[in-house]
Amino acid sequence: MNGLDASFRLARADFELIADLTIPARGVTALFGPSGSGKTTLLRCLAGLEPEARGHLQLDGEVWQDDTRSVFVAPHRRALGFVFQDTRLFPHLNVRANLDYGRRRAHPIDTRHIQQERFEHIVELLGLSGLLERYPAQLSGGEQQRTAIGRALLTQPRLLLMDEPLAALDAARKRDILPYLDELRRALDIPVVYVTHAIDEVSRLADHLVLIESGQVQASGDLMPLLSRLEYPLAHGEGAMTLIEARIAGHDDAYHLSDLAFAGGSLTVSRQPGEIGDRVRVAVHARDVSIALAPTSQSSILNVLPATVAEISQEDPARVTLRLRLLRPGRKGAADAGSEEDVFLLARITRKSCERLELAPGREVYAQVKSVALVG
Amino acid sequence: MLAAGIALGAPAAAAHDGEVNVAVAANFLSTSRALARRFMADHQARVLISSGSTGKLYAQIRHGAPYDLFLAADVRRPRKLEQAGLIVRDSRFTYAVGRLVLWSRDPRQVDTDGRNLKHGRIARLAIANPKTAPYGAAARTALQRLGLWSRYRQDLVRGENVGQTFQFAVTGNVDAAFVALSQISDPHHPQGGSRWIVPERLYPRIEQQAVLLKNAAANPAAADFANFLHSAAARAIIERYGYGVPALRDRQAQRRQPTP
Amino acid sequence: MQDLDLTPLWLTLELAAVTTVILLLLGTPLAWWLARTRSRLKTPIEAVIALPLVLPPTVLGFYLLIGLGPDGIVGGPWRAMTGGALAVTFPGLVIGSVLYSLPFVVQPLQNTFETIGNPLLEAAATLRAGPLDRFFTVVLPLARGGFITGATLGFAHTVGEFGVVLMIGGNVPGKTQVISIAIYDHVEALEYAQAHLLSAGLLAFSFVVLFLVYTLNRRWRPALGR
Repeated sequence: MNGLDASFRLARADFELIADLTIPARGVTALFGPSGSGKTTLLRCLAGLEPEARGHLQLDGEVWQDDTRSVFVAPHRRALGFVFQDTRLFPHLNVRANLDYGRRRAHPIDTRHIQQERFEHIVELLGLSGLLERYPAQLSGGEQQRTAIGRALLTQPRLLLMDEPLAALDAARKRDILPYLDELRRALDIPVVYVTHAIDEVSRLADHLVLIESGQVQASGDLMPLLSRLEYPLAHGEGAMTLIEARIAGHDDAYHLSDLAFAGGSLTVSRQPGEIGDRVRVAVHARDVSIALAPTSQSSILNVLPATVAEISQEDPARVTLRLRLLRPGRKGAADAGSEEDVFLLARITRKSCERLELAPGREVYAQVKSVALVG
Repeated sequence: MLAAGIALGAPAAAAHDGEVNVAVAANFLSTSRALARRFMADHQARVLISSGSTGKLYAQIRHGAPYDLFLAADVRRPRKLEQAGLIVRDSRFTYAVGRLVLWSRDPRQVDTDGRNLKHGRIARLAIANPKTAPYGAAARTALQRLGLWSRYRQDLVRGENVGQTFQFAVTGNVDAAFVALSQISDPHHPQGGSRWIVPERLYPRIEQQAVLLKNAAANPAAADFANFLHSAAARAIIERYGYGVPALRDRQAQRRQPTP
Repeated sequence: MQDLDLTPLWLTLELAAVTTVILLLLGTPLAWWLARTRSRLKTPIEAVIALPLVLPPTVLGFYLLIGLGPDGIVGGPWRAMTGGALAVTFPGLVIGSVLYSLPFVVQPLQNTFETIGNPLLEAAATLRAGPLDRFFTVVLPLARGGFITGATLGFAHTVGEFGVVLMIGGNVPGKTQVISIAIYDHVEALEYAQAHLLSAGLLAFSFVVLFLVYTLNRRWRPALGR
């Protein structure tokens, strides 16, 4: 599978969209940026809903738009699913009929048996069993959105586009629906492009990230490395964090703790459900990381990771953000040049401390992680 | 005063300011305009003409329409007005005798003997509504006497009045129509086409009578106009427009007849 | 009183029904286009469609008299094809009625289509529905109210047509003598008893029809709730 390759230009009232985009063939790619940055517009261009957009788009070798050859495949002929922010369920059809709308028009046409299986599978995946006879007006926001997702999936899309699906939901509904999205993420074999302005959704669901601002793509790539890059606004602001993919390495039943192993070392967290070897994703907020020049056992903090200062950037008059390269277990010293597999950690400390400790790029330090959050 | 008017033709120009509201049957419209122009040349009054089918105007007058004079296309309705006491005493008189004609704008549709009509070769035929227009009633009688009524009545187009009937023929929306001879004799709008002047024996004489309505009792200009219609100048106009005029002697005899 | 002839009533209903059906068939694509186009032609066309709302029927009647006549833009070809007249016939009346009642059908439809707007259509497109499919499965069901309103107004307006018919109808019993003309006829001829009966009958009939339609409309119309 080749993934998606696209490039668009579109002039809008308040900005011009100029975007080049490559999206991997599997996994969730978050299209992230502030409101009005053009992410929804870009998503609509992928769907063919903006016929004035110039450019090209190809998925898996199939060309959906190519201006140089005057090719433009109409939206209804593209094998994609689209989940709108306002759900857009058909008010004159109940849930079952809404779901069927997509199913009946899907290509290729499978046997009835397979179709039925697929229907039941998706209904179960999204928890829609009890809702099939209801009409959209009788559903909660979360139920509506799940129906919309199911409807899109039943068209057997080769690409799933989701436009801020949680934006219209309150915190409680969001919490309800996120497990379904987790499940979806694991179950789907097709690329998903997920537009959002909420970093917590990104951290929980995304594998890849496209950063967009004022109609231009600022960065795109795997999520975790991008989060720690100081060039991007992600590393600044209160939500700055590092995402880490780890595996459960062991449990400490006596103290009700678990050990997580990852490329940059190991972390101790409270006891995790799950087996040894299970993958977990954790977030370490920059504000929860402090710096020491020497390891000490005279501290309550259990997670202390040796690292080298890679970069320092001033955050505001009082604080700085540090980008630390974690030393791989088994390596000594900072002799290795930075490589792609290095794991970076963000830390935020006062400028005063930074100067007092004489921190500078290259300095060997110890990162003390006070708190680790599970994200999925 | 009436006698003096008759003797001298146009009355001496005693200027009367005022308006005369005249209701005229549709067939007489262009003629009445010519008469009004002639009248107003010598008088100060203004003549305002309203036109419609005789039946329609009659109904309006019965319901109080404020006309001064009513120039009908029959005798029946003026007589009924007289019976109802709605006219100035003794003011009912015949002002014209109408002629029925079958006319088409197409020179080939109507022949001078009416043979095309008699042989049913006219596809669409129009008459004025017999219930309200005397010319329509006359046309119906003519068709009945020719034994053609049942053949034509199915698709017979009926104009609201003889004016509209004529319009159907002028625009070609019917092949031929029964109209008043005066309508195709207007010197200002000569009409070509083809015509058959319907023989008088086929329809009851269209005697067109006028009455001075009670409204007008206090309107000297109205009386002036009524007198004017008896004058030689008026009669000449009326004849020029394709009507007959009753002989003077007939009219005097008329006036002496007691009202039934 | 001579026997009351009810032919004008059936003729009127027939005329109104035929006109309404034609207007729905012609008006739907027209209203759809108007609701969605951004062409510069949109406003002039809307203005033309709205003309029968403001013009006295005599204007329309006059142009029809000419246009449907044998030299006319429509009447000429008609005569060439069928050898017959158009104006003073039932087909001629249908043409006149279609023009006369056009805005009463097109405008409610256009409003409804505009209310439905784009969002659901985009969703349907992403669910593999092509343009015709989208129209029949999404727009039509949601536009039911607009169709009912348009059809009712078109029908009722045609039943009440008078001025245009007076000018081009020719008052042919059984062909162009619609009920409004028949009533007028009776009044002119001072046949008030018949006029009363026909008028009262038409009034009652119209009221019942409108009442039924408004009631059913309320019950059937699905909420567009978003």
